[in-house]
Amino acid sequence: MKMERILFGDNQFFAVNHISDEKSMAQSIRFKDDAAIIKTLDHAMDAGIQTFMCTTHDRIANICEVIRQQPEKYKDFKIYPCMPYAHKYANAVTELGIMGTIKQYVPGNFFGSLFKGGVAFLSKDFLSIMELLIDAEMKMFKGINTPVIFLQNVVTDLLLGLGMKDILVAFHDYVKKKYNAEAGFITMNMPALLNMLEEGGVKNPIICASINKVGFRMSGGKELYEETLRTRQFRAIAMQVLAGGAVSPKEAIEYVCGLPNIESILFGASSRTNINDTVYLIHKYDQVYTTTP
Amino acid sequence: MVKVGLIGAGKMGISHLAILGAHPDAEVVGVCDTSKMVIEALEKYSPFPCFTDYKKMLQQSKPDAVVVAVPTKYHASMVKELLQMGIHVFVEKPFCLRPEEGVELIQLAKSRNLVNQVGYHNKFVGTFEEVKRLLNAGAIGDIYHFMGQAYGPVVIKPKQDTWRSNPEEGGGCLMDYASHVIDLINYLLSPVQSVQSSSLKSIFSKQVDDAVYAMMSLQNGVSGILSVNWSDETHRKMTTSVSINGTKGKIVSDANELKVYFKDAACPAGYSRGWNVKYVTDLTAPVDYYLRGEEYSAQMDHFIKAIQGKVPNEVNSFESAAKTDNAIALIRKAQQ
Repeated sequence: MKMERILFGDNQFFAVNHISDEKSMAQSIRFKDDAAIIKTLDHAMDAGIQTFMCTTHDRIANICEVIRQQPEKYKDFKIYPCMPYAHKYANAVTELGIMGTIKQYVPGNFFGSLFKGGVAFLSKDFLSIMELLIDAEMKMFKGINTPVIFLQNVVTDLLLGLGMKDILVAFHDYVKKKYNAEAGFITMNMPALLNMLEEGGVKNPIICASINKVGFRMSGGKELYEETLRTRQFRAIAMQVLAGGAVSPKEAIEYVCGLPNIESILFGASSRTNINDTVYLIHKYDQVYTTTP
Repeated sequence: MVKVGLIGAGKMGISHLAILGAHPDAEVVGVCDTSKMVIEALEKYSPFPCFTDYKKMLQQSKPDAVVVAVPTKYHASMVKELLQMGIHVFVEKPFCLRPEEGVELIQLAKSRNLVNQVGYHNKFVGTFEEVKRLLNAGAIGDIYHFMGQAYGPVVIKPKQDTWRSNPEEGGGCLMDYASHVIDLINYLLSPVQSVQSSSLKSIFSKQVDDAVYAMMSLQNGVSGILSVNWSDETHRKMTTSVSINGTKGKIVSDANELKVYFKDAACPAGYSRGWNVKYVTDLTAPVDYYLRGEEYSAQMDHFIKAIQGKVPNEVNSFESAAKTDNAIALIRKAQQ
């Protein structure tokens, strides 16, 4: 299954702004109502985008409900869930500790039964806990087409730094087995992650990474990223192509469209004009680079 | 290769561990935590040697350096023990529960010539570093007022479970959130000398403060306001900011965006009269491994490089962190 060339992101809906806390608050006000999110998704669909890549934020559950209610309108629509919504857990860990957080978020009776079985049993079953957490996050997408399921960068990169290759591989295997989906990995450390995934036997992985003209959040350096794209086998999604506003849209898109081996470009925008402008630029430079030998 | 051990694999400890695991010049020779569950997970899936008793780890792994990320009440005794063994120490913030505990540790580190660093990561954030450069150059004239703020959604409903909700162990917004802002003010402007008045409010917590408001004066005579609240869910995550007024202009900065206003055309290169906006993307040096923010990797890299003798042990020394402990004590004392 090939991913669409352009994927629509959700940062703007949830006040995620990497350069300005003020803009972040303005976004939070603008997208207070779910209807505002749906309207912006409509603009993206009008521009020909049929894939929404979004974090498993509580509010996405409402959006999923709208999508389920209008099967005709959304018949070609796909969601790429990105899990977990990390701040939910990070804030919980500060308040409740690691055990407290797991107790709060691992669903239902599972924990009760585990505690009955004693800590020894519990400690040997981390992968089952991971699977339960994935299932909990996936609940809201029931009945919606989710062909790729992503692990958020904070978790991917944490596991990478901790050398926990087996858990990355287990995530990959589980979403395939349970959801018949491809696993995707979001990262700020693309070359190092690709090495680890390959070591773990994951072939041609989907990796979504910050890729931009100024080298912003491209750990290991822009040259290494370009080299990796040129010489290695994986399915790249470029995100943060505007580098938080450090590059002009035209320059930014031209750079990314000129790179080899980028299957998709992920971007988010709030207004119809910005969505249309970005889509136009991607199509324009795609044409330039496919017609030049 | 610097042989590093880690004590305390909680939220910050795990993050430091991943950064150390990815660092080309660091070898993680041991990880210790009292939680069996955390240790067994690390034992099973990470390449690091794991321990539940830190003394055993020190004995067996013989680290050159140790990262201490345990509840604050254990900092003083544990750091002392490490220094006495000749081990370089990186300890999480805040430094010590009581300012007097820090004095001995500063002396001990100095006399043994050991690298000492505390985890106030804001000093490695590009925007705040630029604020420091501007202030050092006297760019906005004589400073007469500051406002230091931090807000975030840590405790947003009544509930309490961990050491962070226990005042005896270093819990509460003052020790956790506010210490970052105080440390930043100490660093950017001047250490806090006195606190005119303060108010520590419990909003949802039963035993600790969820918000801290204070009027303070600094050693250089400048006065200003501290406003910190970790029960503010209008912020998606912790946002820390400073606003500094001078006779020639004003600086407003958070970790993402720096805004500087200059009254006239005589201002530093790269700036002009009126408002100037710079983003962290333009001010941040890239890191080899990224997790949660460049500053976390940069501070650990600084610690490793200081041990290797490649950079001076100046940023976030015990001495500077002790000044923040002192200010925390002054704020407590000045409560209305």
